[in-house]
Amino acid sequence: MLTDSKLTRRQILLGSGNIIAAGSLMALFPALEASAAAKPITVGFIYVGPRNDYGWNQAHAVGAKKIARLEGVKLIEQENVPETVEVEKVMEGMIRQDGAKVVFPTSFGYWPHILKLARNYPDVLFVHIGALWKEGDPKNTIGYRGYMEEPHYLCGVAAGHMTKTGKVGFIGSKPLYFIFNNLNGFILGARSVNPNITCQVVITGDWNNPVREAEVTNSLIDQGVDVMVANVDSAKVVIENSERRGIYSCGYHTDLSELAPKGFLTGAEWNWAAGAAFVKAWQTGGQYPNLLRGGFRQDMVAISPFGKVVPEDVRAKVLKIRQGFMDDTFKLYKGPLRDNEGNVILKDGQVIANDDNKFKLGVNFLVEGAIGKTGLKK
Amino acid sequence: MGAATDLGWWGVLIAVVGGAIRVSTPYLFVSLGETLTEKSGRVNLGLEGTLVMGAMSGYGISYVTGSPWLGVLVAGLTGTLLGLLHAAVCNLPRVNDIAVGIALFLFGTGLAFYLGKPLIEPVAPRLPHLPLGAWSDYPQIRVALEINALFIIGLILAPVLRWGLRNTKWGIMLRTVGDSSDAAKALGYSVNFVRIMGTMAGGFLAGVGGSFLSLYYPGSWNEALSSGQGLMAVTLVIFARWNPVYCFYTSLLFGGATALGPALQSVGITANYYLYGAAPYVLTLGLLISSSSTRHRLVGAPSELTISK
Repeated sequence: MLTDSKLTRRQILLGSGNIIAAGSLMALFPALEASAAAKPITVGFIYVGPRNDYGWNQAHAVGAKKIARLEGVKLIEQENVPETVEVEKVMEGMIRQDGAKVVFPTSFGYWPHILKLARNYPDVLFVHIGALWKEGDPKNTIGYRGYMEEPHYLCGVAAGHMTKTGKVGFIGSKPLYFIFNNLNGFILGARSVNPNITCQVVITGDWNNPVREAEVTNSLIDQGVDVMVANVDSAKVVIENSERRGIYSCGYHTDLSELAPKGFLTGAEWNWAAGAAFVKAWQTGGQYPNLLRGGFRQDMVAISPFGKVVPEDVRAKVLKIRQGFMDDTFKLYKGPLRDNEGNVILKDGQVIANDDNKFKLGVNFLVEGAIGKTGLKK
Repeated sequence: MGAATDLGWWGVLIAVVGGAIRVSTPYLFVSLGETLTEKSGRVNLGLEGTLVMGAMSGYGISYVTGSPWLGVLVAGLTGTLLGLLHAAVCNLPRVNDIAVGIALFLFGTGLAFYLGKPLIEPVAPRLPHLPLGAWSDYPQIRVALEINALFIIGLILAPVLRWGLRNTKWGIMLRTVGDSSDAAKALGYSVNFVRIMGTMAGGFLAGVGGSFLSLYYPGSWNEALSSGQGLMAVTLVIFARWNPVYCFYTSLLFGGATALGPALQSVGITANYYLYGAAPYVLTLGLLISSSSTRHRLVGAPSELTISK
């Protein structure tokens, strides 16, 4: 029986192209099914762009690789899937042909398509990165997302220590609440070091537009900015152009330190490998949340390794605040806080919890010190 | 970290001028290439695909060999091959060159994305630039005048091509074929051969223009690298009246239009950024409308250019 079960398991791994058949084999050995802690499971990752883009997609691919190391997990991936009906076809292909039981469609605009499919495939778990899940949505869907404003705050602290001109720059893609949160985190961090620091804000309007990003970078540097951070799909162009102009830069999404060996400070990173817990829960029939947001405390975000220009004392200060996020003793939004038009956002003594989703989702202002506008009509 | 001086509005002007020089080179090369092609009586709308293929192949060769100039050459040769393909297909009877161009546009970008997958991550050596602003104490001016050799080549090429089209035997042959294939045949020229040459030369220049995108500015390969520069350059040729020297001026204008939005945003004028972002496209539309006429043909338009072939 023992040898038999081992053989069966190998067969399952070999034949994982067709889990349905494997599943029927499993049915022949109920004892095995009970004894195997981690059932073989196929996990599908779908990316909106190329996997190695030094950006959003790469951050997910890094997470996918970590999830693939779990026992019994087989990873399948597909790149360049647009946010259209196309993603439904890709998901159905993964589910029906490859037998995927967990899919991670990793782009914001996939969500409506996930909702369409989730009801038809109740035995498949759909994990989305927008944290858009609300009561009434299918139970086999999950939304999760990290509080990227926390690592941005740390980037801001590093930037605040390193800037000589007192001007830092932030390039945003779209006028969305999480971009504003990241921007506010970055500015608050920089101004915690020196309250005279200002941050020039440029929203490009595109997730990905290399020529405009390069132009914005050069224009901002011409205006005296000497630390740059970019919230675009891939900050590669911004970081490379900043490095060429001899200024500092902070990364976004994933580890970009190798793009700027001289001027890289640190960067704000996602830790999408947190999705491993969902795969495990689905594999073993355990509990999982439908909606999960978290920062350093929940291990859902990280900072990149420090660049070699960052001195020891600055590193220590940054890491100390990170510890504060981890044990929830440090709060990002606290009064007195004004926006850059002079309106009072928080009164003295008012503190926003780091996991106050309602407040964070409603952020439509730029904090004091930001030069620029949200572009939103209020 | 150079001591940056606050230049305020002068900074905007310098950024626009610098941006015009930085951004215009791909426009310039593609439009020069398209001028040659159209002067022979063909339209090649596939130059957008050629541009992207040039960007990808140039970046790849520069990464593998470590020589960006070799990358530029290979980008040009890739463009030449695509030009040959376009010309060869269009030489078949009853083939519409616009349709073939669109097919090649899609083919070129698709192929470049497919082959370029492994090139997104590596960092290839870039083309050098000439520090023409070294005399200035302002870092802003120094950077605005960091001029890439390809821009200078384009600057020289434009009047040379204009002279060549007017005064050399090759230029006159090209224009004769483009204006009247019957006259060209009567003179004993091979119309198809001349058009193949014209389209290949156009492809070469467009490929070189693409290599500028990946090897100099913005200076890396990714799939959103070209935001339609290849297609806009084709429009630009019409506005420039098929005159290579005008191509140079209009390319600068388009480059400046692209740089305007970012420059304004960096001094805090952030309202309506979508509008600034659309500036080059609005300019394209405006130029086409203003230069169109129902009564007469455009001055300088090769008579053999037609969409109903």
